[in-house]
Amino acid sequence: MTAQDPRWALMAEYETAEALVAAAQTAHDAGYRHAEAYAPYAIEGLAEAVGHRRSAIPALTLAGGFAGGAIGYVMQWYAAVESYPEEVGARPLHSWPMFVPVTFEMTILFAAFTAFFAVLLANGLPRLAHPIFDAPDFDLATRNRFFLCLRTDDPAFDEAKAIALLDSTAPLRRAEVAR
Amino acid sequence: MPPTSPVSRDIGVLRAGWGYASVTDKIAGLVLTRPVRWPWLAAFLATLAGTLVYLGAITYLFIKGVGIWGINIPVGWGFAIANFVWWVGIGHAGTFISAVLLLLRQRWRTSINRFAEAMTLFAAGMAGLFPILHLGRPWFAYWLAPYPNRMDLWPQWRSPLVWDVFAISTYLLVSALFWYLGMLPDLATMRDRAQSRGKQVTYGLLALGWRGEARHWARHETAYLLLAGLATPLVISVHSVVAMDFAIGNTPGFHSTIFPPYFVAGALFSGFAMVLTIAIPLRRAFDLKDFITDVHLDHAAKVLLATGSLVAYGYLVENFMAFFSGDRFEIAMTVDRWTGAYAPVYWSMLACNVLLPQVLWWRCARRNTVLLFFLAIFINMGMWMERFTIVVQSTHHDFMPSAWGLFIPTRWDWIFLFGSISMFAWLFLVFIRLLPTISISEMRELVKESA
Repeated sequence: MTAQDPRWALMAEYETAEALVAAAQTAHDAGYRHAEAYAPYAIEGLAEAVGHRRSAIPALTLAGGFAGGAIGYVMQWYAAVESYPEEVGARPLHSWPMFVPVTFEMTILFAAFTAFFAVLLANGLPRLAHPIFDAPDFDLATRNRFFLCLRTDDPAFDEAKAIALLDSTAPLRRAEVAR
Repeated sequence: MPPTSPVSRDIGVLRAGWGYASVTDKIAGLVLTRPVRWPWLAAFLATLAGTLVYLGAITYLFIKGVGIWGINIPVGWGFAIANFVWWVGIGHAGTFISAVLLLLRQRWRTSINRFAEAMTLFAAGMAGLFPILHLGRPWFAYWLAPYPNRMDLWPQWRSPLVWDVFAISTYLLVSALFWYLGMLPDLATMRDRAQSRGKQVTYGLLALGWRGEARHWARHETAYLLLAGLATPLVISVHSVVAMDFAIGNTPGFHSTIFPPYFVAGALFSGFAMVLTIAIPLRRAFDLKDFITDVHLDHAAKVLLATGSLVAYGYLVENFMAFFSGDRFEIAMTVDRWTGAYAPVYWSMLACNVLLPQVLWWRCARRNTVLLFFLAIFINMGMWMERFTIVVQSTHHDFMPSAWGLFIPTRWDWIFLFGSISMFAWLFLVFIRLLPTISISEMRELVKESA
């Protein structure tokens, strides 16, 4: 194991979304699996270009919804049938149609919370400090500029080739990102 | 020559000449660089005064009890519940705009969803207060929550009032999550554009370290769509449950199967009226006519026309069913609605909600901002009168003539109504100075699409 590179990544800055998507695709084709692309809005095809395939968020949300519905229903059944059975004119204790609204609301509530926390967790947020924030011009990543980072810890990273690759994509500028 | 950053063309919902940088600076600048001017300050101080009066009135209510209002048997619900239903209804437009129009890929949603969602949160908050204020013993409000307790008591799951607790709290929480998740990238923009350390730290903490990585955007988009998909049935369910608060009771004027869909239509009707009431002054004061264009107002007016027609159909069916059912009590209640003590409210409601919106059939009316603004105010009032009619008029004239009685609002009833409006407006005024009023990241996407 060699000494850790003092740089976190090499970074290139672009004017347009198309340039970033093309550059990200080039990096992916050159074998970079941990290249990171930064954009001020959700660009169609960019995540695929850096190799993002699918996320577990929909499945997790579905599971969260089922869990919420089950908890909601069991809670009502337990309260109305087991814990505090109250007979009103021989009506059934397990009156399931009346349990539907709360079950539904609990399904939505749990699914929504799952989706929310799943996206934060998968994105590794909150993370207030990150090397990229110290990169030159990076405050424009939330305004009008597009950035591609080739991380030094990427197995495919080779300094000379990485510089050549970034320069071949005609960036506005190329910079180093300190760790 | 390298390709340059796109500049928008005029696509109706966005005027020409805007780029990524200029939309960002414009919207972020409303919060970060725009000085406080006297119209905002005057409105802020006036609504703050109203809010303080409202908080004082709540304190007085908790000391004295609900007897300070005009309610008494047979009218036990009065203004508090009318206000509650009215506010929940107003809250519906925000989620409808954000969720349903997102799923339908309506581009006119982009520049109005953020403040409409804020409006939803504040309106739902105002709504959520009223049932608690209306409790005879508000210090037992927590009994509404299911938790194992030594009294061995549970909420009554077969009561729509309990469903309501779940519906409203779910609605508030999910709307807040949806709003916040959508705002994360914009909070990061605020962090990066802010000049002072205090603002950088505050927005930075709120942005949770968002940095706009491609995978993050992809997951963000997935989750945002999922939340939209969840919020869509939720928004329908909430006012349906509110409607069942009434429909499950056997009181004439309450006991009607059309209530859930008719309430949902009424909710969207009043919600869009409130969106217009807010959007028209907002775009003028903040010079946002390039983002919130006449096309937006025109579309919102069409939604008003459509939902208003559904509401009018609801009124028609209510009257028809009263006579078609042959139920003497329903008929008597309906005739009382037309001719009784509260008939002026009923006819004013019909004028505001059915007659006046008919001008929206004309395009020139939908594009006339002054007319739209006043029409929206009238619809807001009309929808409040509808809630009042349902809550008060139905209960004051139920089965036995010996049980009939009048409800006359006291000054406290009016203070609570106008106090809640003040607080809502105050919250909104604070919001537009602290957070981006329009979704900046989605506007950049719109710039890209339009170029």
